[in-house]
Amino acid sequence: MCDQTFLAITFGPCDNCSQNKPLMNIYLKNEPINYCSLCVELMACQGLAKGETIHTLKTESETLKAKLEEERAKLHDVELHQVAEKIEALGQFVMKTRRTLKGHGNKVLCMDWCRDKRRIVSSSQDGKVIVWDAYTTNKEHAVTMPCTWVMACAYAPSGCAVACGGLDNKCSVYPLSLDKNENLAAKKKSVAMHTNYLSSCSFTNSDMQILTSSGDGTCALWDVESGQLLQSFHGHSADVLSLNLAPSETGNTFVSGGCDKKANVWDMRSGQNVQSFETHESDINCVKYYPSGDAFATGSDDATCRLYDLRADREVAIYSKESIIFGASSVDFSLSGRLLFAGYNDYTINVWDVLKGTRVAILFGHENRVSTVRVSPDGTAFCSGSWDSTLRIWA
Amino acid sequence: MSSNSNLTSMKRTVEQLKLEASVDRIKVSQAAADLQQYCLQNASKDALLVGVPAGSNPFREPRSCALL
Repeated sequence: MCDQTFLAITFGPCDNCSQNKPLMNIYLKNEPINYCSLCVELMACQGLAKGETIHTLKTESETLKAKLEEERAKLHDVELHQVAEKIEALGQFVMKTRRTLKGHGNKVLCMDWCRDKRRIVSSSQDGKVIVWDAYTTNKEHAVTMPCTWVMACAYAPSGCAVACGGLDNKCSVYPLSLDKNENLAAKKKSVAMHTNYLSSCSFTNSDMQILTSSGDGTCALWDVESGQLLQSFHGHSADVLSLNLAPSETGNTFVSGGCDKKANVWDMRSGQNVQSFETHESDINCVKYYPSGDAFATGSDDATCRLYDLRADREVAIYSKESIIFGASSVDFSLSGRLLFAGYNDYTINVWDVLKGTRVAILFGHENRVSTVRVSPDGTAFCSGSWDSTLRIWA
Repeated sequence: MSSNSNLTSMKRTVEQLKLEASVDRIKVSQAAADLQQYCLQNASKDALLVGVPAGSNPFREPRSCALL
């Protein structure tokens, strides 16, 4: 039992590397220390085993990479679209803009649906975060963040709060009150702190924890109430642009994608990177799990979207066309996983047949880049946000 | 000091690759069949795929316009 109270600092200079970062409070030889999460991880790898040098480690890593490719290739017996040849092709799609949400003064960067299937939160470049009722297009709440480029926003599972962040390097939670006149900014709670911009955030299955990804190359899990860093995820070698939690109730994994062209799958409890995929030729802008949780799709600046299967541990489909040369900024699946909606920088939304690999529709309407695409929780519609400062609901 | 941190990062990379190489994998044919089965099983519930009867999709309902 420790008699002294240990002052748990959550953000400050690391005792090892001296950088100002979120800290983990641990005991080393019975002494309390404050190390940043990266130093804690590196501690496990210090010291060489007998006969190891930089050179032997390098050779070992090359051999392992080759072995990984070999193992993956052994199981590549067929392509997804070949397996899907026998099923019926999809008919013509009639999807139109059913609502246009106007009110942002500048580029819409992110949006999220509420679990009640009708409310939406969206954030924009000018710092505004707006909560809308998608059925009526009325604005229910609006708050102005103290920073510009609010690149991430998320609705809490209870529907009672929203989280957002961007160039302020933080993720803040705003509880939504029923009183429309109440100043939301007054109740703001700063939860996450990164050392670079916040690119994406998501509540886990409850309002109590938030998962964030940042331009500093890490993802992190935070406790909302205390602001404490619960787990940190290191593995990307450049900005992490997107993350998505696995759909299963019991699932404790999430996938992240970034500027290092890698998509990584993480175990939330251990912080371990369990699988990694590197087949894209440019930044991965968006990652989204397939509804069953066994696969995920990515959208990238290389103008393709790809599907990776987790159990086969490889890429199983590429969604691309020679005529599509602009990057895909955002992707999402329909409820059954048969359709993949992807928003592109050429102002269009392409709808792909996930199994057959073909494009089934192109949706025009936005007057600038499509920055975000999300299907509603019950799958009846999807919403797209664009740099033309509007959001559109399609059904 | 920098050579030490290079060493540690290299060691970390090797440990990570060992972990990734040891993952249990299944054949693509099996994985593809499962993905397909999920799609087909849930196709009927997917409103964006099959469409729902007019009137039950709240977004397709014509909104009443309030004339002031």
